[in-house]
Amino acid sequence: MNKTRTSGRTIGGLRTLSLQAPAVSLLFLWMIVPLAMTVWFSLQRYNLLMPGMTGFAGLENYEYLFTDPALWSAMGTTLLMVSWVLVITVVGGTLLAVLFQQEFMGQGIARVLAISPFFVMPTVSALVWKNMMMHPANGVLSWVAELFGLPAVDWFSSLPLTSIVIIVAWQWLPFALLILLTAMQSLDEDQVEAARMDGAGPIAIFFFITLPHLKRAISVVIMIEMIFLLTIFAEIFVTTSGGPGLATTNLAYLIYIRALLDFDVGLASAGGVIAIILANIVAIFLVRMVAKNLES
Amino acid sequence: MATLQLKHITKSFGETDVIKGVDLEVKDREFVVFVGPSGCGKSTLMRMIAGLESATSGDILIDGQRMNEVGPADRGLAMVFQSYALYPHMTVEDNMGFSMRLAGVPKEKRREKVLEAARILELEPLLDRKPKALSGGQRQRVAIGRAIVRKPSIFLFDEPLSNLDAALRVQMRIELARLHEELDATMIYVTHDQIEAMTMADKIVVLQGGEIEQVGSPMELYHHPRNRFVAGFIGSPKMNFLPVEVVEADAKGVSVTLPGGGVSKVAVDSQGQRAGDALELGIRPEHLVLDDDQGPLTGEIQVLERLGGQTSLYVQMDDLMVTIMADGDVTHRVHDKVRFGFAPGRAHLFDAEGLALPSLEQHPLAGLRRQDSRASDAVGQ
Amino acid sequence: MTTARTKSLSGAAVPAVQRSPLTDALLNRRLWLTVLGWTVAVLIFFPIFWMVLTGFKTETEAIAEPSLIFSPTLESYAEVQQRAGYAKFALNSVVVAFGSTLLALLIAIPAAYSMAFLPTKRTKGTLLWMLSTKMLPPVGVLVPIYLLFRDTGLLDTRTGLIIVYTLMNLPIVVWMLYTFFKDMPKDILEAGRMDGASTLQEVLYLLLPLTLPGIASTGLLSVILSWNEAFWSLNLTSSNAAPLTAYIASFSSPEGLFWAKLSAASTMAIAPILVFGWLTQKQMVRGLTFGAVK
Repeated sequence: MNKTRTSGRTIGGLRTLSLQAPAVSLLFLWMIVPLAMTVWFSLQRYNLLMPGMTGFAGLENYEYLFTDPALWSAMGTTLLMVSWVLVITVVGGTLLAVLFQQEFMGQGIARVLAISPFFVMPTVSALVWKNMMMHPANGVLSWVAELFGLPAVDWFSSLPLTSIVIIVAWQWLPFALLILLTAMQSLDEDQVEAARMDGAGPIAIFFFITLPHLKRAISVVIMIEMIFLLTIFAEIFVTTSGGPGLATTNLAYLIYIRALLDFDVGLASAGGVIAIILANIVAIFLVRMVAKNLES
Repeated sequence: MATLQLKHITKSFGETDVIKGVDLEVKDREFVVFVGPSGCGKSTLMRMIAGLESATSGDILIDGQRMNEVGPADRGLAMVFQSYALYPHMTVEDNMGFSMRLAGVPKEKRREKVLEAARILELEPLLDRKPKALSGGQRQRVAIGRAIVRKPSIFLFDEPLSNLDAALRVQMRIELARLHEELDATMIYVTHDQIEAMTMADKIVVLQGGEIEQVGSPMELYHHPRNRFVAGFIGSPKMNFLPVEVVEADAKGVSVTLPGGGVSKVAVDSQGQRAGDALELGIRPEHLVLDDDQGPLTGEIQVLERLGGQTSLYVQMDDLMVTIMADGDVTHRVHDKVRFGFAPGRAHLFDAEGLALPSLEQHPLAGLRRQDSRASDAVGQ
Repeated sequence: MTTARTKSLSGAAVPAVQRSPLTDALLNRRLWLTVLGWTVAVLIFFPIFWMVLTGFKTETEAIAEPSLIFSPTLESYAEVQQRAGYAKFALNSVVVAFGSTLLALLIAIPAAYSMAFLPTKRTKGTLLWMLSTKMLPPVGVLVPIYLLFRDTGLLDTRTGLIIVYTLMNLPIVVWMLYTFFKDMPKDILEAGRMDGASTLQEVLYLLLPLTLPGIASTGLLSVILSWNEAFWSLNLTSSNAAPLTAYIASFSSPEGLFWAKLSAASTMAIAPILVFGWLTQKQMVRGLTFGAVK
């Protein structure tokens, strides 16, 4: 009995440290190094096409950015895209969740079909919509329009922003559905029955029981979608390339143009800092909510 | 051979002190039960003995050797968990042989030992099943089997019967008592159920708020509770407590006024109580006797529970309710007025701090242990 | 909402006399729900269905009037395989998605283990901090990552993408594993410890076998996210390490408009992931919402 293998807890602190060290340190580097560099570059005069012209620029990049109409246009586009997609996915997702919560024949398979778009890679969904759905001559939508005697729409030239919103909403609607459906399943059946005993009809039940129950899940959906939607990129990249003009250039795409097309590192970094700040405003709320949930 | 000593054990989780200084000695082959309400620290105490939790201060000695820094597997203990904690992905045989597999015991030998334990517990036909396919009682036996296989010097049981239904619980209680005899090992058993404690223990340790309230044999705790808490906790239905006032105290006992005017003398050491002091009189329901002619206490029956052999009467006396365990054949009805009394030797007196005034006479069974064969070393603590 | 009721009313418990108007109404309702539910599901799924269909058409049929009637051909699949070096891109996707997932699991399992079973005061803070790194928009750090990769020769390499994806998914993987580990009864691990298991044995013999379904769905989610990731793959790769997302994007150039081939390639690119997604939809909610929705 002279062995002195210590029990887990006595040196728990040390063990915890060594087990978590790889994950924590890697993530720390992944976060802090690029972040510091972005901030640093944003204060520099630094263009890869003009190697000679480097040096400290102070807030020059920001000044330039804020006086550049492209930034404001991109901010507006970002805002529009995010809001429209959010409205469509949250309202649609809630209604769909109510629908798919009901029992009907083949409900399981129907549900699987409805959430599928979420698993399709963005480049594929964008191209499928662009070519096979929205093509002005041979797309399915124009064929349907023709059936009803309506003129075909050239989606990407006349309604570029709408087109992008439709594609992105199609991808994220299943996400909202999936989350809200899960949340709905935790709704106490007894509560619904009690409400019905009290004389509530389906609509009253939806507004007084279901919706309040979903409040929290809806806010989670909104926050998570916001963080992803702030930086929509691939869908724009393969369809409109930000055009026509700046019509579909959002903040992410603008930074991409400045960085990898204009090679203006300083300017792109300043844009990056703005994107980070925007995302963090949302993130604070989300993290706080998750933290609250962790308590219980 | 295994003895256990706890020397001023404390345990704190952050700011909260869960165990506030526990001293205890467990003799070889003793069946010790830790009992107390939930949150009293009994499970924490056991987990510290097991090595699953470290003590904040104090020493844990097994066979005289300090074990605080020794890992749980090397303390020579085995534990049966409340949830059984069977490994769900292993068969019964693998569950029971897991410790030997970890220790590198060859397969043949492992099987032999598992079979031996399985025989004791009548588990042989179940050896190839997974825990999912077993009933609650069978799982329980596998959990015990897993402990037996390790041939521990001390068995630890953490509320092992609380997940079983009432009938099975009685059966397992008997089986555990038999097992204790057969295995001849020291056993420590945690429960919140005082019936389990009374029926199985050689020694009961009553805990409350992280401190030991009393240690003693079941009969000692029943007849000589050290304080009001133990008096109320041991015994079912609970002891009745009546407010009384000291009339006179002498070498033969303390006379007190009863609610309703009577006076009764209780044979306890007065410990300096004087006339006029307020005390509490404790009498167990089974010691209250209906006496329609001259019972000094009166009240009105509120509820009657007929159990067949016995009848519980819930009697309202002014502003307090007392329980009387009477014969099954009493003919009283609800709202009847009843008179009742008690034998003076059956009553307890508690002072303002809740401490019992010690009885002048020791109850003849107070020193008795569950197994009479070992009565020789059993007298008190 | 009427699920339970529907059953009991249309079921055998109700005497035959009552079977007329009320039961009919409920059956009717169910029929309408079935029609509505399927209509919506089919509409949402239609673009995917159409894409799969187009993949079996010839290029001429693909741009002709939409039609369900045609003679299916594997022409486009064959051509995609031969000409465009589809295999190379697919291999890149597989290596990058599974490589990054394995790496993430390897790093995350010890961390999640210690968080779930040896919690300290800092555990919750650490978890939340890990989450918050996920909130950093990739576009915000595009420039430094691009430059770092250029200077270290990681640009357009699978290693580079694996590193990025591992770190991108690490918080989600840690988080999901943490919640799965937390669900496991602590007693079982303690019983193992009493039986003499070392930490490593505890993990290998008890924790991993018992949480395998959770680990698998965590891994699948990570594979899905890496497979579909399109920001980093478009910006950090060009030809050598380009995965399928980038390959599909190359179909966007106007002169490369071959719908049947695009469809065939796309179908192959999304099919495995679609199946993974269907398999793990329930557990995914946990990972995607960080446990905030149950």
